[in-house]
Formats: sequence, structure tokens, C-alpha cells
Amino acid sequence: MKIQDKLLNDLAPRKFDKLGVIWISILVLIIIAGIIAYIDQIIKGQVVTNMRDYALWGIYISNFVFFVATSFVGSVIVAVLRLTHNEWRTPLVRVAEIITLASIVMAGITITLDMARPDRLLNLFIYARIQSPITWDVIIIPTTIAISFLLLYFPLLPDLAILKDYFKDKKPRLSRWYGRFSLNWKGSDTQKAIQTKSIKIIAIMIVPIGLMLQTIDAWLFSTTYRIGWDSTNMGAYFIAGAVVAGVAALIVVLYVVRRTRKLEEYITDLHFDKLGKLLALACLIYLYFNMNEYIVPTYTPTKGEELHLTTLLTGSYSYLFWLVTIGGLVLPVILLLFKKGRKPLPMFFIGLVVVIGSWWKRYIIITPTLLHPFLPIQGVPESWHHYFPSLHEWLITVATLAMALLIITILVRYLPVVPIQRTADEQEKLNNDIKH
Amino acid sequence: MKEQDKNAKNSRRNFLKKGIALGAFSATAVAIASFQKDGVEETGEKVKLLSPDGEVVEIDKAYVKPAQDLHLPLDKDKIREGIPNRKFVMVIDLARCKNALKCVDACNKHHHITGKNAWLKVYKMQESKDTAPYWMPSTCQHCDQPACVTVCPVDATFKRRDGLVLIDNERCVGCRFCMAACPYSARVFNWEQPDQGEITMNMDMTQHGSTPEHAGLPSIKGTVDKCDFCPHAIEKGELPHCVSACPNGVFYFGDKYEDTVTNGDETLRLGKLLEDKAGYRLMEGLNTQPSVFYLPPKDRSDDFKDGLKDYNEFQSVEKPEES
Repeated sequence: MKIQDKLLNDLAPRKFDKLGVIWISILVLIIIAGIIAYIDQIIKGQVVTNMRDYALWGIYISNFVFFVATSFVGSVIVAVLRLTHNEWRTPLVRVAEIITLASIVMAGITITLDMARPDRLLNLFIYARIQSPITWDVIIIPTTIAISFLLLYFPLLPDLAILKDYFKDKKPRLSRWYGRFSLNWKGSDTQKAIQTKSIKIIAIMIVPIGLMLQTIDAWLFSTTYRIGWDSTNMGAYFIAGAVVAGVAALIVVLYVVRRTRKLEEYITDLHFDKLGKLLALACLIYLYFNMNEYIVPTYTPTKGEELHLTTLLTGSYSYLFWLVTIGGLVLPVILLLFKKGRKPLPMFFIGLVVVIGSWWKRYIIITPTLLHPFLPIQGVPESWHHYFPSLHEWLITVATLAMALLIITILVRYLPVVPIQRTADEQEKLNNDIKH
Repeated sequence: MKEQDKNAKNSRRNFLKKGIALGAFSATAVAIASFQKDGVEETGEKVKLLSPDGEVVEIDKAYVKPAQDLHLPLDKDKIREGIPNRKFVMVIDLARCKNALKCVDACNKHHHITGKNAWLKVYKMQESKDTAPYWMPSTCQHCDQPACVTVCPVDATFKRRDGLVLIDNERCVGCRFCMAACPYSARVFNWEQPDQGEITMNMDMTQHGSTPEHAGLPSIKGTVDKCDFCPHAIEKGELPHCVSACPNGVFYFGDKYEDTVTNGDETLRLGKLLEDKAGYRLMEGLNTQPSVFYLPPKDRSDDFKDGLKDYNEFQSVEKPEES
């Protein structure tokens, strides 16, 4: 039982320190600003954005795609590493599950921010037409939210029971809440059998569901005639990009959690080393799809494609394009090849750059295409020929990012970020192995 | 030649007659229903009307009374179905277009477009510097395989049997997927509350809701609009506003099943016109199958440059006069 006492001391949720309180306050302030901007958008209409008839989608959509992408980390870290028996994943899974849940919830909220008539949200169910990719989204996003929640919740049950006991005298009210959520977990064999089976089913389910989610997201674009979207490469391209964004987001959150909660003993250099290799692999695969998407078409471009590709590769979007491609993909791969590059601190910065790169990458996928329609852009004000987000769009978008971080922060605050029971079991097993 | 002219005239007359009869339909349906024989003095003047069974009947003018409400809310299913046994098409003769922009003015005026985004545009086209420039009016193409309809999540935009692609602005959720899907950039969005002033007020008073039949008027904030082929005009047996407004006879409108199109001055056989003048459709390769045909800009009567005097990079729609 000694192991568990130490584990509990290290891993049980703790109150925010001063820095934590400041962090939360900033996030709340950003969110309030975003809500005010959104209310203004509802009242005045989307005229407050810089979207117009040609740039008809903007950062609301690219931000949505970003959230969908980061939500893929649950499928990768939890499910794929589980199915491939990578045991080192244990201390990472909960953070990955938390990111997944926060991202997919925010994806659902973000997409409705883009709807000009949120008051007619129910029409999506009442008049749903199955051939529209948006209907597929309406189906897959709530499904993913449910599965991601269960993926986080089921493995938590034993830990919640432990925390109930742990806080019994110290904080009776908190203890009662843990008790309620632990669903009367006693750790009996029957309970364990049901739990193991449930987790197994969900861990397998999250893989096809995650793949479907990413693919549907890609099909939102590739089901149109638009140059730059109308590509059979899109599904795989989005999946590869999602691994990059998800793993990078995990590295960043993991580093912060490890520092603030002093979990160096649990989340070790080894974990960062492994994640670094995983991220490098993901970036390489993504680069491969990028070549399919941007380099190969330069050999046989139609007139429209040529214009699109020139704008990206050498034209007005080339700075952003190359910054995102080299800074956000090529350079990280090179740095991650070195052992020193895979140490926690360098990894934190690499992860951060890759996450920011991933966000802008989605911007680059969406905006330039819309500004290159088949017929020339004519008969609209000059400002409609370009797009850069308005203040309203920035406030709302930054608020959604802050909301995601707030969800992550709150979950990290109240849940054990490293599974207690599982770590205990594994350590016991390890000790037994040594004794024998 | 004379024979042909006669034919053409006849078919044009038929086309208009059918249209007028159809337009009268909604009015007479109400009028006939409240038909009272007592206390009416016959004038002896007969009026042709279309009966609900589709028969053309004659009654004395005295029995015809104006319907109480011409804007009866039509059955939504009927609006979605369209006018039976018709297939509306348009032909745009690029050889005649001089960028007079009367079509744009008429369209804006009759659809009470107040935003910066007109439904009808005249593009200044030049595919490459080695090819000739020309003026190209562009409407909604009313495709037979409309990409916009396929992607709409709520069936707000729909394809009718008579060829029209329309929008139900009371259902549209404002996702703008249809705009992303349309390769012709035909769709516009109400980014803010449309300032249609009196129209909105009048329609509120007659409890005339926004309907796809009546050009989607009044426009609704946060929903998509576009060229509607003027079903409100078709119903009255009139030609779409752009067709009748054009001083150069660029636009022809008609019925594919009747193989007839007219620009108001001359009525022609659609098939023959397309064959003689090598008609084509925009981006045929995309397989959207538009209902709008173009005649190539050959043997132009005017110099392309003459149109430049009316050309502006952008000119805002003239606001309706306040009263």
C-alpha cells in the first residue's frame, strides 16, 4: 500500500497556485470578450466578420478544422498505442483523452459560430439530408463527443473511488462528488471485468470514429468543385495532418502539466523521447501528403490550378505557406532527429511551433482556394477580393481556443492527470517481477 | 422564310398565352370560387380563363372580380414542385452584349437588391491575352445537376421539375456550403439585415412571408440569395426582368419542351438557334448541366471597347428611393 500513498500524494488533484489563478482569470477574460463579440455578431449579422461572398468561409472554419485535428490525439495515443502494445503510454493517456474531449467539444461549438442562423440549428435535424457532408458532421461530432467522454470516463472509475477515500476527511464535499462519479466502484472482479471490456470496446471504436471524423472534415471541402479542395488526396491528407496537430498539442500540454504538477518522476524524458519520434514520423507522413497536394499538380496544372499553386508557392500566400511548411514541419523533423532535440524543454518549443503551424496550415487550406473561383472576381468592392479576419473574428476565435484551454485546465485540476490505479498496478507488477 | 417567321410568331404567341393563362390561374381560382351569378349584369364581353382542371374557359367579364388577396401563401410543396410540364431555359447571346447594364439595373430594382452583391453580373472576360475580350452576363445557371443542392444540409435550396433552382430563405441555416459548392459564384449572402425598406413593411402588412416563388422577398439576414429566373414574372406570363430590360436583345428566355425561346422581339426555335450559332454552356466539363446557354461572341456589332464606358470595377446597387 506504500506505493499507493506516494502515488496519491503525487497525483491527487491539487488546488491552483497563484500562477494557476492568474491563468484561469486570463482565460475567463478572453472568453468573456469572445462572448460579447459573438452576441454583437448575432445582433448585427456576419457583416462584422471580414467574410464576404467570395471569401465565404474564414477562420471560424479553419479553427474548426484545427480543433477536429487536435481531437485525433485520443485515437492515436490511446487506441493505436494500446493496440500495438506500447506500454509506455500509461502516463500520457489521460492528458491525451482530456485534449481529445476538450477539442471535439470545442469543434462542435466552433462550427455553430460560423452558422449565420444559429436560431435554426434544429433544422439540421428536422430537415436533415443524408447526402450533405454537413449532415455527416452533425452525426459524427456528437458521436465522437460521446465516445471521447467515455474513453476518459471509464478508465477514471477506480481513480475516482480512490480519490473519494483520499478526500474523505480533508474535503468531504469534494469527496462526495468523486463518490457520485465513481458509480459505486468497489474494485470487485465483476466490476473490473465489465470495465476492462468496456474500455476495450471504446478504445477500438475510437479508431474508426476518429478516422471518419477527420475524413468527413476533409470531404466538406473535397465534395466541392473548388480548385485546391477538389482532391482525392484530402481524406488521407487531413488524417496525417491531424496526427501532427494532435501529438504536438499533447507534447505542449504534457510539458506544462509536468512542470506545474512536478511529475518528472512519472512523465519522464523517455516519454518525451518517444513522443518526439512519433511527432517526427507524423510530420514526415504529412510532408509526403503535402507533396502529393502541392508539388505533383505543378506538372499538369490547369489554368485555375496554376493560379492557385503560384499564389501559394511564390505569390501572396507564399510567406505563410513556406513558414508553415518549413517552420512547422521540415525544421521540427530535423531537430527531432537529434537526441537533444527530444529532451522535454526543446520538445515543448517544437511542439508549440508545430501547433501554431498547424493552426495556420488550416487557414492556408481554406482561404486561398476561396479567392480563386472559376469565374473572375468582379462586381464587388475591392475589399471583397481579399480576406483577413476582423476583430470580431479574432476575439471569437481566440475565445474558443481559451475555452479549450479552460476545459483542459479544469479537468487537469480535478482529475488525476496520470492514472493512479493503473500506475500502481504496473509498479506492483514490476516489483513482483524483480522479486522473482 | 415567311413560313418560318409565321411559325415563330405563332409559337411565341402560344408561349405567352400559356403564360398568361397560368398567371391568371391563381387569381381565378379564388375568383371562381366566390363566383355568384345573382345580381350581375352581363356585359357581353368575354374573358379567357384557365379553369382549375387546366381547361381554357370563357366567361363574361362581369363575373370576374379581383381576388381578395393575390399573395395567398402558396402551398409549400407546390412551390418546391414547380410548374408542371415546363422546362425553363435561357440563352445569352454574347455577340450582342455591349455592357449596357440595363439587365443588372432591372434585376436589382425588381428584386429590391440593396446589398453590395448583385445577383446578375456582366463579366469583363478575356480568357487569355491572345484571345478576344467580350462581355458576359452571368446569372444563376439553374443546373440540372446542381452542386449547391447536393450539399445543402437542410434542403433549403432545391431543384424544381420546371428547371428552377430556388432557395427557401425561411429554412436556410446560413452555412454557405452551397456558395462554396457553386462553380459559377452565382450565390450571394445577406451578411446583414437587408435594408429593403418599404418592401419589407408592405409584405409584413399583407402577411406575405418570404417565399422562393416571389424572388425570396423580403430577403432575410443570414441566408443565401441568388438569381431565381423570376418565377413571379413567369407566373404572370412575363419574361424575366433582365430579358425584357435588355436593349440589345441579348437574353432569350423560354421553354425547352416547346423548343422555343424569345427575347421579347423575336421568337426562335431553341434547338436551331443553338445549332446555328454553336451554343455552349459554361464549364460543360464540370457536368453540372446548366439551363443557361451561351452563344459565342462572334461577329459582334459593336466594338468591345464601347462597353468600357459603362464599366466600373464596382458600383454599389442603387438604393430604392425612400418615400
